[in-house]
Amino acid sequence: MMNKQGRPTDINTAASLSPESFTTHTGNRGLEQDELLIYEIGDTQRTGVDLEDLPVFESRLCGITRDNEIGLAGLSEPEALRHYTRLSRKNYAIDMGLYPLGSCTMKHNPRINEKVARLPGLADIHPLQPISTVQGALELMDRLAHWLKTLTGMPAVAMSPKAGAHGELCGLMAIRAALDKRGENRTIVLAPESAHGTNPATAALCGYKVKSIPANKAGRVDLRALKDALGPDVAAIMLTNPNTCGLFERDIIDIADAVHAAGGYFYCDGANFNAIVGKVRPGDLGVDAMHINLHKTFSTPHGGGGPGAGPVVLSEALAPFAPVPYVVHGEDGFALVEHVTGGGDSFGRMTAFHGQMGMNIRALAFMMSHGSDGLARVAEDSVLNANYVMASLQDIMTLSFEGPCMHECLFDDRFLEGTGVTTLDFAKAMIDEGYHPMTMYFPLVVHGAMLIEPTESESKQSVDQFIGALRHLVAQAKSGNSALFTGAPYLAPLKRLDETLAARNPVLRWRKED
Amino acid sequence: MTTYYSEEHEWISIEGETGTIGITEYAQNALGDIVFIEVPEVGNNYDKGDEIAVVESVKAASEIYTPVGGEVIAINESLESDPALVNAHPETDGWFYKISISDKDELDELMNAAAYKAYIDGLE
Amino acid sequence: MRYLPLSPTDRSEMLEKIGVTEVNDLFKDVPEAALLKEYVDLPAHMSEMDIDRDFRAMAGKNIPAGSVPFFCGAGAYRHYVPSTVDHLIQRGEFLTAYTPYQPEISQGTLQALYEFQTQVAQITGMEVSNASMYDGSTACGEAVLMARRASRKKKAILSGSLHPQYIEVTRCATKFTEDITLINPPNIYLADDLIDQIDEETSCVVVQNPDFFGNLQDYTKLAEALHARKALLVVVVTEVVSLGAVRSPGAMGADIVVAEGQSIGNGLTFGGPYVGLLATRQKFVRTMPGRVCGETVDADGKRGFVLTLSTREQHIRREKATSNICTNAGLCTLAFTIHMTLLGEKGFRHLARLNHAKAVQLADKVALIEGVKLLNKTFFNEFTVELPMDAAEAIERLADMKILGGVPLSRLYPDDPDMKNRLLMAVTETVTEEDMDHLVCALKELIK
Repeated sequence: MMNKQGRPTDINTAASLSPESFTTHTGNRGLEQDELLIYEIGDTQRTGVDLEDLPVFESRLCGITRDNEIGLAGLSEPEALRHYTRLSRKNYAIDMGLYPLGSCTMKHNPRINEKVARLPGLADIHPLQPISTVQGALELMDRLAHWLKTLTGMPAVAMSPKAGAHGELCGLMAIRAALDKRGENRTIVLAPESAHGTNPATAALCGYKVKSIPANKAGRVDLRALKDALGPDVAAIMLTNPNTCGLFERDIIDIADAVHAAGGYFYCDGANFNAIVGKVRPGDLGVDAMHINLHKTFSTPHGGGGPGAGPVVLSEALAPFAPVPYVVHGEDGFALVEHVTGGGDSFGRMTAFHGQMGMNIRALAFMMSHGSDGLARVAEDSVLNANYVMASLQDIMTLSFEGPCMHECLFDDRFLEGTGVTTLDFAKAMIDEGYHPMTMYFPLVVHGAMLIEPTESESKQSVDQFIGALRHLVAQAKSGNSALFTGAPYLAPLKRLDETLAARNPVLRWRKED
Repeated sequence: MTTYYSEEHEWISIEGETGTIGITEYAQNALGDIVFIEVPEVGNNYDKGDEIAVVESVKAASEIYTPVGGEVIAINESLESDPALVNAHPETDGWFYKISISDKDELDELMNAAAYKAYIDGLE
Repeated sequence: MRYLPLSPTDRSEMLEKIGVTEVNDLFKDVPEAALLKEYVDLPAHMSEMDIDRDFRAMAGKNIPAGSVPFFCGAGAYRHYVPSTVDHLIQRGEFLTAYTPYQPEISQGTLQALYEFQTQVAQITGMEVSNASMYDGSTACGEAVLMARRASRKKKAILSGSLHPQYIEVTRCATKFTEDITLINPPNIYLADDLIDQIDEETSCVVVQNPDFFGNLQDYTKLAEALHARKALLVVVVTEVVSLGAVRSPGAMGADIVVAEGQSIGNGLTFGGPYVGLLATRQKFVRTMPGRVCGETVDADGKRGFVLTLSTREQHIRREKATSNICTNAGLCTLAFTIHMTLLGEKGFRHLARLNHAKAVQLADKVALIEGVKLLNKTFFNEFTVELPMDAAEAIERLADMKILGGVPLSRLYPDDPDMKNRLLMAVTETVTEEDMDHLVCALKELIK
C-alpha cells in the first residue's frame, strides 16, 4: 500500500473560496480567535492552584466571617494560560510595530530591564524590612537620583511620586508649601492652551485657579500675553517643554525670568523630556520643578496603562519642601527619612512606602545601558526620526507649525477638507495598515490634531514604511475613497465600538444572568 | 406661555412665576449624542448665572448656567434613564428643571425666539 | 548602541531629506547657551552583561524575603504567585501596549480590565469598581475626595487604627483642598467612639479592616449611623486575601471600598508598583476617580469593551475632573486578575483560611513565650505583640540571625512611647512551621 500520509500541500488543487464568503462554526477566523469572559468559561469549583491542607486551628475571626459565595470564576492552569494568551493577541503593542502616539513616547522596552527587576534581591524585599537589610535597594534609588539630577542639572529629586500626574502634584504642592512659608497667598496658575489636561486638574487639587495663556502663530507661548498675565497673584506657570505641539519654547529663558521676577515658580511638565535628554538640562533653563515620566523617556513598560513613575527634580528653593521619604547618606551606609520632623518644611507624604521601586530598577538599567553618550543619541535620533517624518509628509498633509520640530510633529486636518474623512477616520484606517493611530485631537490648539512621535527606536526602514502607508492613505482620501476610512478599521479584531451606548448605560462588570 | 433664550443656548418658558428650562435644538446638535445629565436638587436656590447642571456627551462635558435665579421646584426625572430624550426633543420632553423665579426682571436680558434665531444664524 | 537602529548612513540620508547638515541644526530653537557641548558627567554606555553584573551586585546587598523566615506585613504581604502570572504579563502584547484608547486593537487589555473590575466588585461586596489606582494609600486619599463629591460635605473622619501612612497620604492629598480631615489618635484596642464624632458636616468615616494592628471589626452599626446622616462609610483593606474569609465591607454597608491589591499577583518589590482597588455603589459611579472599562458592541453588533465615563477625567474635564489621575496600575492589575482567575472561588477562600490558620498557629506559639503578650483578640493573618524589650532592636538582632521577624511599630510611630515594644507580625501561606519555630527560638534567646 502507498502511504498517503504526510504529503506536501498542493496549492494547485486547493479549492478557492473568498474568506468573506463563509462563516465558521466557532466564529473564529483562523488565528483570530474569539474569547469569552472567565465567567463564561470557568466556574466556582475550578482552580489553577494547589494549596496545602489546613492545619488544625481555632479561628480568631470571632464571627466576622464571610458566609456567602463570592462568585469568583476559577480556571485550571492550562485554561487560564490559553485565555490570557488569546486575549493578548487582540492588543497592538510596541513589540509588534511602530506606535506613533505623540506625547506618549512609545519606545522599545529592553528585556534586560525586566530581568534585573526580577532578581530576588530587588523584587522580593519588603518596604519595611530593617534598613540594614536593604542597603542595595537604597543604593539603587540613590544612583537613579544621581542620574536624574545630573541629566536635569537640578540639585534635588523627590523619588516617591507614582506617575506623571502624581509628580505634577508633588511639584505643585512643593510650590504651594514654599509660597505658604513665604506667607504669600497667590491664587493663580498659568498654563498654555496646549497644556495636558492633568495640568489644570493638578492645579485645582492645590487650590489654584488656572488661567490659560494663548499660543502665538509659531505654536509657542505668546510671551507678551504671558507677561501681561503675570502679577502678585500668580503662583506658578505650568509649561511643557518641548511643548505639546512638538516645538521647543524658544523664549523659555525669558519666560522663566519673567515668572521669577513676578515672584512665581516655573513648573515644567517633563512629559517630552525624551527630545532633549543628554542635550539640554532643564536646570539651565530656569526650571524650579519638573516631573520625569520614567515610563516615557526611560522606557519602563506602559503595561496597558501603567504602572508609571514620576520622580520630580526640584530647585534649591523648593528642595526643602520635598515629600518624605528620601534617601540620605548616614554613618552606616544609606538611611531613609520616613517622617516629617517637627519644624521640617516637607509638605508630607504622597504614598505609603517609598515609590515605584520596580520602575526605578528598569529606568536605571535603561539609563546605564545608554550611558551619557547613548542618551544624547536617544534625543538626537528621536528628533531626527520626527523631522524625517515631517519632511516626508508635509507636501501632502498640513503641517500645523513650521519646523524643525523636536521628537514629535504635529499635523492638522486641513488636508482632509472636502474628502468626507475626519481625523478619527484617518486614524482608524491606519489600524488596517497595521499601525496604532497617532495621538489625535490633542493638542487642542489646532483643528483635528494628529501628533506623530516615532521615537528613536525605529529604524529608517520602519519609518519609511510608515511614511509610505500614510502617503497611500492620504492619496486614497483625496481620491474620494472615503469608505476606506469611514468604516475603518475593517481588519482589526473588532469594528468601531459604540462609545455612546457604553456611556449612556454603563455596564462595568459581568453579572450572572437570572 | 412665553419662551426666552440665552446666549449659552438655554431656553426658558414662563408660566406664571415658574420657569421651565432646557437646552435648545442648536445646543443638542452641537453636543452630539448626550449620555448623561446632572440635574440640580429640588429645593436648592441658585442665582442667575450659577452653574446648575452638566450635560455630558461621550467626549465632552458642558456646564449649564441658570438663565434666571430662584428655587428649583422640579427636575425632569426621565432624563436619568433616558438622556437621549434631550437629543430627540430638546425643547419639549427634554426639559431639565423648573425654577420658581425670584426676579422676573432677569428675563429682560434674554432673547425672544426671533432674536435667538438671528443670533444662531450669526454664529454659522 | 544596541537599542538604536539608525546607522551613520541612515542618519546622513535623513538629514539630507530634511535639508540640514547636522543633527544639531534640528536643535536650533534651543538657546545657544543651554545646548550642551559635551556629554553630561555620567558613565558611558554599558553592555547587557555588565548591567546584569552591576544589578546583581546591588541585589546581593539586600536580604530577600524568600531566603529567610519572614513575618513582615503592615500593608505589603508576601504571597506565592504562580509562575503562569509572570509568564503571561511578560507577553509583549500586554507589557508593551499603551492605555487602551483605541479599543479595536486593545481588546486584550480591556477585557482583562472588565474581568478585573468584576472580581474587585465581587470580593469587596460592592456593585462596581474602577480600573485601579496607583496603590491602596493613594486610593484612600482619592476616596475621601470622592466622598466629598458624593455627599457634598467636607469633613472626613479618619480612624486611628487606619494604616499610619495611609493617614499621612490622605492628610497630604487634602492639604490644599477644601476638605477637612479629622484624624483620631492610634488606638491598638478597638476604638468605636467614631459614631459620636459624626455630625452634619461629616462626609465620611474611613476605617480599616482588618485594622492596622490586625484587629477585625464589624462596621455595620457605623454604616447605619453614617447613612442616617447622609454620610459615607469608606472601608480600607490592606490585605485583600482577608476578603476570602472575612465578611466583606459591602456586607457591612460600606459605600466606598479601597484596598491594596498587591497581595494578589504582585511581589513586594520594596513597596511598589502596587495596585489600588476602588469599588463603590452604582449610584456613585460618576463621582469615581480613575479609568473605567465598560461593555458595549461594535458596528457588527459583536460584544466589546471600551474605556468609558471619561467625561469625569482630566483630559476632558481639566480643572473640574474628579482627579488628576491618568495612569492606572495596568500591568499590576493584569497580574491581579490572572492570579485571581487561577485561584478561583475555591482557591481564594482556601488561601484565606490557610493564611488565618497559620497566623493562629504562630500567635499561639508566640503567646507562650514568657514576657511576650499577644494584644489581639481577633485577627486575620497579622497581629500585634508586646515584647519585654525595644521591638526595633529585637528586629535588628533577628535580622543578624537571618530572620525578618516583623515590623516594629516604632518604625511607623516614632514619637509614640507606647509603641516602642510593639511588633506587628504577619503570616502568610509562604511561612512554614519550621520558620515559626526558628523565630520562636530566636525570640526566646533575645528575651532571655
